[in-house]
Amino acid sequence: CGNGIPNSRHRSGKTWAWFCSAVLPDGVDRSSNEFARNSAAAESLLSHLRSHIQKVLGGGGSEAVERNRSRNKLLPRERIDRLIDPGASFLELSQLAGYELYEETIPSGGIVTGIGPVHGRLCMFVANDPTVKGGTYYPITVKKHLRAQEIAAQCKLPCIYLVDSGGANLPKQADVFPDRDNFGRIFYNQAKMSAEGIPQIALVLGSCTAGGAYIPAMADESVMVRGNGTIFLAGPPLVKAATGEEISAEDLGGASVHCRISGVSDYFAHDELHGLAIGRNILKNLHMAGKGISTSPYVSSDFKEPLYAAEELRLIAPTDHKQQFDVRSIIAHIADGSEFDEFKKLYGTTLVTGFAKIYGQSVGIIGNNGILFTESALKGAHFIELCAQRNIPLIFLQNITGFMVGSKAEASGIAKAGAKMVMAVSCSKVPKITIIIGGSFGAGNYGMCGRAYSPDFLFLWPTAKISIMGGAQAAGVLAQIERSSKKKQGIKWSEEEENTFKASVMEAYEREASPYYSTSRLWDDGIIDPADTRKLLGLCLSATIKHVPDSTKYGVFRM
Amino acid sequence: VPVSSKGRGRGGIDKILVANRGEIACRIMRTARRLGIRTVAVFSDADRGALHVESAEEAVWIGPAPARFSYLNASTIIQAALRTGAQAIHPGYGFLSESAEFAQLCEDAGLNFIGPPASAIRDMGDKSASKRIMGAAGVPLVPGYHGDRQDIDFLKSEAEKIGYPILIKPTHGGGGKGMRIVQNSDEFADSFLGALREAGSSFGISTVLIEKYITQPRHVEVQVFGDKHGNVIHLYERDCSVQRRHQKIIEEAPAPNISDEFRSHLGEAAVAAAKAVGYYNAGTVEFIMDTVSGQFYFMEMNTRLQVEHPVTEMIVGQDLVEWQIRVATGENLPLTQEQVPLKGHAFEARIYAENVSRGFLPATGSLHYFSPVPISPTVRVETGVKEGDTVSMHYDPMIAKLVVWGENRSAALIKFKDCLLNFQVAGLPTNINFLHQLANHWAFEKGLVETHFIECFKEDLFIDPNGNIAAEIRAAAKLSAALVAACICKMDHNTSKEKLQGGDNSLLLWYSDPPFRMHHSAKRVVELEWESELGEKSLELIKSSIIHLSKGTYLIEVEDDDSPAMELKITRLSRFKFIVEAAGLSIIVTLARYLKDNIHHIHIWHGQHHHQFKQPLTLYHSSDDAYENKPKFEMASRTKGGVLAPMAGLVVKVLVENGAKVEEGQPILVLEAMKMEHVVKSPRAGYIDGLHAVPGSQVFDSNILFVVKDE
Repeated sequence: CGNGIPNSRHRSGKTWAWFCSAVLPDGVDRSSNEFARNSAAAESLLSHLRSHIQKVLGGGGSEAVERNRSRNKLLPRERIDRLIDPGASFLELSQLAGYELYEETIPSGGIVTGIGPVHGRLCMFVANDPTVKGGTYYPITVKKHLRAQEIAAQCKLPCIYLVDSGGANLPKQADVFPDRDNFGRIFYNQAKMSAEGIPQIALVLGSCTAGGAYIPAMADESVMVRGNGTIFLAGPPLVKAATGEEISAEDLGGASVHCRISGVSDYFAHDELHGLAIGRNILKNLHMAGKGISTSPYVSSDFKEPLYAAEELRLIAPTDHKQQFDVRSIIAHIADGSEFDEFKKLYGTTLVTGFAKIYGQSVGIIGNNGILFTESALKGAHFIELCAQRNIPLIFLQNITGFMVGSKAEASGIAKAGAKMVMAVSCSKVPKITIIIGGSFGAGNYGMCGRAYSPDFLFLWPTAKISIMGGAQAAGVLAQIERSSKKKQGIKWSEEEENTFKASVMEAYEREASPYYSTSRLWDDGIIDPADTRKLLGLCLSATIKHVPDSTKYGVFRM
Repeated sequence: VPVSSKGRGRGGIDKILVANRGEIACRIMRTARRLGIRTVAVFSDADRGALHVESAEEAVWIGPAPARFSYLNASTIIQAALRTGAQAIHPGYGFLSESAEFAQLCEDAGLNFIGPPASAIRDMGDKSASKRIMGAAGVPLVPGYHGDRQDIDFLKSEAEKIGYPILIKPTHGGGGKGMRIVQNSDEFADSFLGALREAGSSFGISTVLIEKYITQPRHVEVQVFGDKHGNVIHLYERDCSVQRRHQKIIEEAPAPNISDEFRSHLGEAAVAAAKAVGYYNAGTVEFIMDTVSGQFYFMEMNTRLQVEHPVTEMIVGQDLVEWQIRVATGENLPLTQEQVPLKGHAFEARIYAENVSRGFLPATGSLHYFSPVPISPTVRVETGVKEGDTVSMHYDPMIAKLVVWGENRSAALIKFKDCLLNFQVAGLPTNINFLHQLANHWAFEKGLVETHFIECFKEDLFIDPNGNIAAEIRAAAKLSAALVAACICKMDHNTSKEKLQGGDNSLLLWYSDPPFRMHHSAKRVVELEWESELGEKSLELIKSSIIHLSKGTYLIEVEDDDSPAMELKITRLSRFKFIVEAAGLSIIVTLARYLKDNIHHIHIWHGQHHHQFKQPLTLYHSSDDAYENKPKFEMASRTKGGVLAPMAGLVVKVLVENGAKVEEGQPILVLEAMKMEHVVKSPRAGYIDGLHAVPGSQVFDSNILFVVKDE
């Protein structure tokens, strides 16, 4: 049974040793000093993360929340809780979007997005948070909305828009309105998804002004709540200014107007709860047979849990990135029965590749065990091709400082090898999920399916660090350039000055490499608790699996 | 013991038609089946598929739902017996059981009427004639003067002879009109003249009678049995004092707190009464017992098998229906007086569909959940309904009788109370909680029963919504609400998951317990309206918030409650049963939930508690139409001044026109259901609006009848 360790919980015995998968040891040395140090550091990282999350879960503050309640409105997460099937899970995305991004705080970017099942069908929820700046769209709000639509389009998930927004944030209009991936893209996406047969449902639970009015108008079906829901291109103050007409919001664009007269909305809800109930009904009545969404034939509901406790994952990835660890110990904690059949185990050993199952779903796992060499990159490209060929989803466990540098590496054609891996990652049409567990530096980020390679989902562990290179290296390079530039100008650069320069570069790199910096700008789909990794992979996989796989076609591999 | 073959032939019976419905029909058929006698049921339109129809070998349709067209239709029933070849008819109780004509018709048709001779029914049916016969036979009667002399001095002297307090009653009429209680001779003249005046104005005939007034009466009755050979014995007495609306709700045998000597006097008097009218088969002689003086007096004789006969069966160990059949075939009584055993003590509770808080008004509805206690040799559940059946307005709203036997009264009472706690009915209001409260009362425990028991202890039995006990009850309800909320979460979770089964199992992961949330715990708020029994209008909203903890347990907090949050682990045992574990304590909870008028109704039973809640329009499982198609009256009931029907029934009279100006308390219309009339009055002064009812139209419980408007 390979390097499997004897374990009573595993059914393999000697007789069957030839038959079963390799069981990984957990690879955690609990007696070591590093382990103890790591425990403390991991705990503090996690509690730090939780305290930030707690803040954003409170929305726009108690006063705004109270105001919202007094209008008989629920908070966006409560709305979603009532829409999804009772007792079902909800996979929320990018909770810390907009974190320390603007002068004003925009908890969760002013919009809650995520995936949950309604009547047994996974849906993408996009819910404005009216307690955050009246639900207006900041640039990050737009980005998060578009990201949710992107996932929905990729995974063919019906979209439910819980609209309660004052439209684009006017002071920030330049960054919200005109560009390709700005506000207008929301409606473009709605049109394109609807064309593809991905249902677009809007529940108008609050105001829906100006540009926002197009969300329900573009939807396949829309619901409006009497009293609270309004749709108009211009609100009463603007109407009065423009035409002198004095009219209440309800008479101008309330549920009665739009459900009885204009036809802008389809369902009249007496109150919010009723509106949400209608929303559930709409989903119940969707008929999506033959829309290419069905059970994956590979999934078995009979699976084994990993042999090792999920909580231990918190302690595995070191907070100090110089410390090396075996990515197999992570795989041991997330794979069914801790079983992992390694591919090309003895070749290109800094990249670990192999097959495992997660909640019964077959996956190919690619994890870093050090710097990428030519061999490791070739092995990676090979393995990705293999999985694409067999329609096996790929999971990337990123902990990469980059590709090897130096004459030997260059001479071995490492650029060519890296390009092969990037080509394979870019073109393979299987579901891809990336978890950045440690470093994510340089071209390693690319080869290991970074954000630019459109993995279906990308999550960070609190230990993640993302930048083009390490802070120290960058400081070294920049200092070298600066020194020579100064030298050309004949300016003397003292060692002290150089150190200050280096320190400031390192400080900037450190800040920008932080997972919070990343998640705030939506370079990922959220920072997760390492202990949730397996659960999350399972949820994401079930959302990405398509019955009819897309066929993969590669470009020209440089040989 | 089977009917002896000797009885077969001319007098022998091998097929009985049971001219009744409900529990008594089922009970008679059970004995018949044991004796190898085939049974024929009769049924009206309302009883298609009823339990008594299923219990019989054959069933004959006898007409539409109203009893006067079906169960009271003597000739149709006799035709049914002849058509199916039944040799005998058992009338049960109620309906035709005390109709001398019916007994006679049976005899004329050559059918064996399982009951007393028509002559005895006739004699005992006439109240004043029966008293005359009893007086002649030496059976004690309530002392009084029933003669023609009406002059005040004479009557006053009669009153002195009887001894105060006395009662002055008009000879005609009823309903308590013109009745006067006179405490002493000083009051006599005024009361007499008042009674005379009122009798005159109410009934047109101003003659009165006087009787001893019994201040603390008990209702004690003796089971008698006679055969066709002149033998009559008694099977001891029953106490049926605990009554509401003059109907018995708890009966017991033998009567508590009476001596053996008294018991034998009672028995002898009852046998004498039966013999005086040449009685045979089962009968009951009712006595009123004066708890102050210890005297007892003849009231009337019921010439049938009584509802409460099982308590007697339990203490004498006999099957009275079997006796009835054997006696009807001409057999001798199975036992002599000396052979009749008296062992232990038995209680019976009548479980009714009724609104206790609305003055015990009968209720109708569906038995969405019906889980009586398990039966055993010492616990009987006599019922004619099953889960899913409807209690209609056409017949008696009794759902079941619970009969419990114990070695002695206290042992029987413990078991009785336990059974009441575990008798679970959901779908319509019942008196079970009230019965339990009665049985639990200290005075009842001591056997201090009398006919004014409920009136006397009403402060203990009907809780003041603002009192101290009410606070305790409220706290208990909050606990129940929390348990309900937790169980609902579990149920909904299971339902969601089950719906997925057979479909997409790659999504099963989305229904894990606890549900996944990113960096926080899933939370749910469950809002329940507690349908308290603290008066009619108390619907209290109880909000519980449930946090799904990582272990799959729930952390529950009840809003506006001082008690700390509880961590509960819920395990679902079956459709209705859950195990709830909290702080190492584990209890079994029963939960019944059903949908009616788009509202979830939830009943919970745990330990000593039973509470019911409404879950206002839940999002889950409710359709879009929940609002749109809500029956008009539901919407209207929210209108201020709307008056709701207190019970389902027929409109008998409409007393005002729509739009009429009315005073507060003015009668607007009269409803009739289950032999009871109920006057619906205007709750305040104003103008009547939306009154569309016409005589003969049917209304349902809580339908809006009309609205009282200001202009």
